[in-house]
Amino acid sequence: MDEKEISKEKKSWQARCLKKPPERTESTSGMELDVLYTPAELPDFDYLQNLGYPGEYPFTRGIQPTMYRGRVWSMRQYSGFATAEESNRRYKFLLEQGQTGLSVAFDLPTQIGYDSDHPISQGEVGKVGVAIDSLADMEVLLEGIPLDKVSTSMTINATAPILMAMYIAVAEKQGVKPADLRGTIQNDVLKEYVARGTYIFPPQPSMRLITNIFEYCSREVPQWNTISVGAYHLREAGSTAAQEVAFAFSIAIAYLEAGVKAGLDIDNFAPRLSWIFNTHINFLEEVAKFRAARRLWARIMKERLRSKDPRSWMLRFHTQTGGCTLTAQQPLNNLIRTTFQAMAAVLGGCQSLAVCSYDEALALPTEESVRLSLRTQQIIAHESGVVDTVDPLGGSYYLETMTDEIEKRAMEYIEKIDRLGGAVAAIEKGYIQQEIQESSYRYQKELETGKRTWVGVNKYEVKEPPLKGLLKVDPRVRDVQVKRLAGLRATRNQKRVDESLQKLREVAKKDGNLMIPILDCVRVYGTLGEICDILRSVFGEYEPIVTV
Amino acid sequence: MAERKIRVLVAKPGLDGHDRGAKVIARALRDSGMEVIYTGLRQTPEKIVSAVVQEDVDALLMSILSGAHDYLFPRVMELLREKGVRDLLVLGGGVIPEEDIPSLKGLGIAAVFGPGTSTETIVQYVRENVKL
Repeated sequence: MDEKEISKEKKSWQARCLKKPPERTESTSGMELDVLYTPAELPDFDYLQNLGYPGEYPFTRGIQPTMYRGRVWSMRQYSGFATAEESNRRYKFLLEQGQTGLSVAFDLPTQIGYDSDHPISQGEVGKVGVAIDSLADMEVLLEGIPLDKVSTSMTINATAPILMAMYIAVAEKQGVKPADLRGTIQNDVLKEYVARGTYIFPPQPSMRLITNIFEYCSREVPQWNTISVGAYHLREAGSTAAQEVAFAFSIAIAYLEAGVKAGLDIDNFAPRLSWIFNTHINFLEEVAKFRAARRLWARIMKERLRSKDPRSWMLRFHTQTGGCTLTAQQPLNNLIRTTFQAMAAVLGGCQSLAVCSYDEALALPTEESVRLSLRTQQIIAHESGVVDTVDPLGGSYYLETMTDEIEKRAMEYIEKIDRLGGAVAAIEKGYIQQEIQESSYRYQKELETGKRTWVGVNKYEVKEPPLKGLLKVDPRVRDVQVKRLAGLRATRNQKRVDESLQKLREVAKKDGNLMIPILDCVRVYGTLGEICDILRSVFGEYEPIVTV
Repeated sequence: MAERKIRVLVAKPGLDGHDRGAKVIARALRDSGMEVIYTGLRQTPEKIVSAVVQEDVDALLMSILSGAHDYLFPRVMELLREKGVRDLLVLGGGVIPEEDIPSLKGLGIAAVFGPGTSTETIVQYVRENVKL
């Protein structure tokens, strides 16, 4: 039966069976939805063109031929708080509980380039992640963790070169060669100007630091993912599913073009590009988003950026369930939300996953709540059966229609950003920020008018006592770090620190690769703040544009 | 004569970069007819207090999701006192544990709004509690 006949039959079915047209319904991202999907909605569907086979272009069904039958995703809970000692204990706990990789959260001073004893760090030390001031802290953080066996993801952007250097230096002390290290740094500064806000330098020197890492690691740390493009944070700031894909892709295109402009062969560094996506609350829309993103990225890499290596075409991604979907009200409900979000990530073909903990609208997770997040992943992996076959939802009329629609909408945004002069220009004009704010405000209004239901928040509310036993970071962490820094500054070889910082300044003023002098500074226990002060004095600081 | 518009400063103290909530609230206050100034990210307590004085606002709304409220909110309140700022409605918001709220109120922060609060609630609270 052909589509025309099916379409005709669908109309006749509607006339026969529906008393009136169904009420207009939109997905979470505002896509209008039909009440039923059939082959009629996919008139140009071509299996080999649109889906193909997993492990092959355009990778719609997955990047590996056997997906989770070969190996399940890496289970990697985002964690870090207080001191390096406490965070190290948490990592060992998670590894004992069956976690298969590490994911390090740093505190804000570490992310923004200030030592714990800087006045601006007051109140922030150890709060949203671990405080790292120097190699000495990093040694403690990774103590007893075999860096040749465990892969580590570090959510670090503006100060990524410094934390990367510290990681390499700790590995050397453990006797592990940089070439054997596996892991990821986020290193995606452009999205920090749009969402999340941990920028330091203006776009140009930031792009230089990013391409310096690409170049250095492609030679010295070849198994390392030198960037993890942050789609996640754009979604948290309020984007729709299509905007999440589009804005992250435009940003990634800017990095790749910068690398090529700096003289790198695209297929030398593009295979080390990885991603972090959000899994928002609409189960099927999210599955479709991942499939659409995978196909669109393969097409962009092959057709637009003319990459020849299939490894560059693969969208390898980590997913974290959407923090903004969690509720402080009836927090245990979040366990239900995150379970099907994690399921959507798996059915969408993620390579790595973090599941938010039920108490995270209120505080950082406790041992108990983070273990439940890990157990959620383990139950999906080992009990649910969704891992047994590749892309089990592929071929669903609804899912394929939605996959096409998200790809189309994302492409329209990318073209719009191209017309504005690319991601850097679009950010400098405030375009991406404003588009996200519009979506965010619309979503909020939908919640407040009751158009959208949020269980426990705008419907089914209960009176409840505050949740007990939340994790609280001891404010004395700053005192511990301040004392440790004073001890470090008194005992290190100051002459060598001064010399290496001076060398860094010289390279920063010219155009050499900054990874090498940064590594030298780190090895002699120059602090993160000292290194950033040098770079700030040469590069200046980013002046944000404020849009509301 | 038309009633004077309420002037509000929405501020992000500290290093926290999460301002989706602050922006949504700024816009909702503006849509309700108030004059709203948003500081942008990374404001020190000194900068915030000087903006309060310069802009002569009726209300200050501060948002922190990083947990630094325990240092930054008291510091802002201290500087406001030092500058002799009176009749200012100060509100806090973000991820603030219940147990921290009584001591913040003790410092003169009129109310603290957590995740899930509707913008309607905040607009109404400002309208009813500012001293014009």
